[in-house]
Amino acid sequence: MFTVLRCVIYRDLLLATRRWADVLTALVFFVIVVSLFPLGVGPEPNLLRTIAPGVIWVAALLASMLSLTRIFAADYADGTLEQMLLSTAPLGMIVAAKVIAHWLVTGLLVVLIAPLLALQFDLPQQLLATLTLSLLLGTPVLSMIGAIGAALTLGLRGGGALLSLLVLPLYVPVLIIGAGAVDMAAAGLGTEAHFLLLAALLVVAAAFAPWAAAAALRISAE
Amino acid sequence: MMYVTPENTATGQDRFVDHSSWFKYSSPQTFFPLAGKLVPWFAVAALLLAAAGLYIGFFVAPTDSQQGEAYRIIFIHVPAAWMSMFIYVVMAFWAGVGLTFNTRLSGMMASALAPTGALFTFLALWSGSLWGKPTWGTWWVWEARLTSELILLFLYFGFMALQAAIDDPRRADKAGAVLALTGVINIPIIYFSVQWWNTLHQGASVSLKSAPTMAATMFTGMLVMVLALWMYSIAASLMRVRCIILERERDSQWVAEYMSSHK
Repeated sequence: MFTVLRCVIYRDLLLATRRWADVLTALVFFVIVVSLFPLGVGPEPNLLRTIAPGVIWVAALLASMLSLTRIFAADYADGTLEQMLLSTAPLGMIVAAKVIAHWLVTGLLVVLIAPLLALQFDLPQQLLATLTLSLLLGTPVLSMIGAIGAALTLGLRGGGALLSLLVLPLYVPVLIIGAGAVDMAAAGLGTEAHFLLLAALLVVAAAFAPWAAAAALRISAE
Repeated sequence: MMYVTPENTATGQDRFVDHSSWFKYSSPQTFFPLAGKLVPWFAVAALLLAAAGLYIGFFVAPTDSQQGEAYRIIFIHVPAAWMSMFIYVVMAFWAGVGLTFNTRLSGMMASALAPTGALFTFLALWSGSLWGKPTWGTWWVWEARLTSELILLFLYFGFMALQAAIDDPRRADKAGAVLALTGVINIPIIYFSVQWWNTLHQGASVSLKSAPTMAATMFTGMLVMVLALWMYSIAASLMRVRCIILERERDSQWVAEYMSSHK
């Protein structure tokens, strides 16, 4: 079973490395969205410091959502997905592997570049670790919930806009708790509760989301 | 004219329904006339209850000592907010039943409930902001309940948009069911995270919890209005499910016969 997991992750990562442009697009999107905010709200440093966690989190949310269609669309188009559905390996496992691969090429990169953008917003340096850790725990949840939406909208017209409508409301708790952790740290309060809640969301999503996405895939590929 | 086609097996099965059991009403063909008979009863009950509830609300209930006449909007607002949440749960229930037992009518019922639920969510938000202006001095605050109600509206929109984007009704039902069930698991999480987020940023400017205890007539009026909205929701969704049944079963014999006798 774990061989399947490893093979699918390896395959998806290999595919991603052969198409670097796709991977970079989401990352560049993230950077651009974050950079637009100072242009919109003005360069006042105090204001930017206050909004930095929220802005970075919202941009991470959007970047993750933008790349969701990639999880299944290519495999659906070339018939690989049908082979996966027919495979004797549990579909939930395959889906989990694809989600992990998706997170490694989008979520993880966002996590790595976020501290740099936070510096642009003059976020105090002791908060950088909190921000990075909250994104590290939160972005995998985004990929997992997003996989359900991506599976449901597979092959539908207007898939992109529809996907955002389905997925963004479900992202709300992650956003609140993730950005909240940084706010708490900024206020000099403890962040354990936020991190525990994020970890709890991660565990629940990891347990249920791959199976829900698998069910959705079977419905979509019928 | 439409005729029964050989590949239309789904409607063909209806002829072998066991008519001795309650489950016979899980077939669209048998449920259609039953729904038709029930609609007027629920509609009349809704009208009478709404008239009684509004009368109590506007003429019998005393003026609130703090909020004046503006409080009277709760006779619409609170029942609508309750219904908006309750209908989502009912919708998810029918969606789940449809997914588990593969009954066509359950999926149709879920799709029929969604617009009514969205309507009440919108009404709750709208009436809430009308109440907020004179009472809180602002149309909108990012208060926990308002925010979760807004997200609930988005969830309804997502459900309806997903179903509208899928041409095959069976796939639309099942995909909608997965989404509704995901949503219903998420609603408590969203609610508590939003509540928590709000206390984190700022104390709620006004809390309903601190409102003075309600006079008995106010409570009666509200309860009657809740019942009225229940009756309305049932009537409206039954009417809508009848339309959905006709639309989806349009290739079957009985719909053809029904349509030709109701020209």
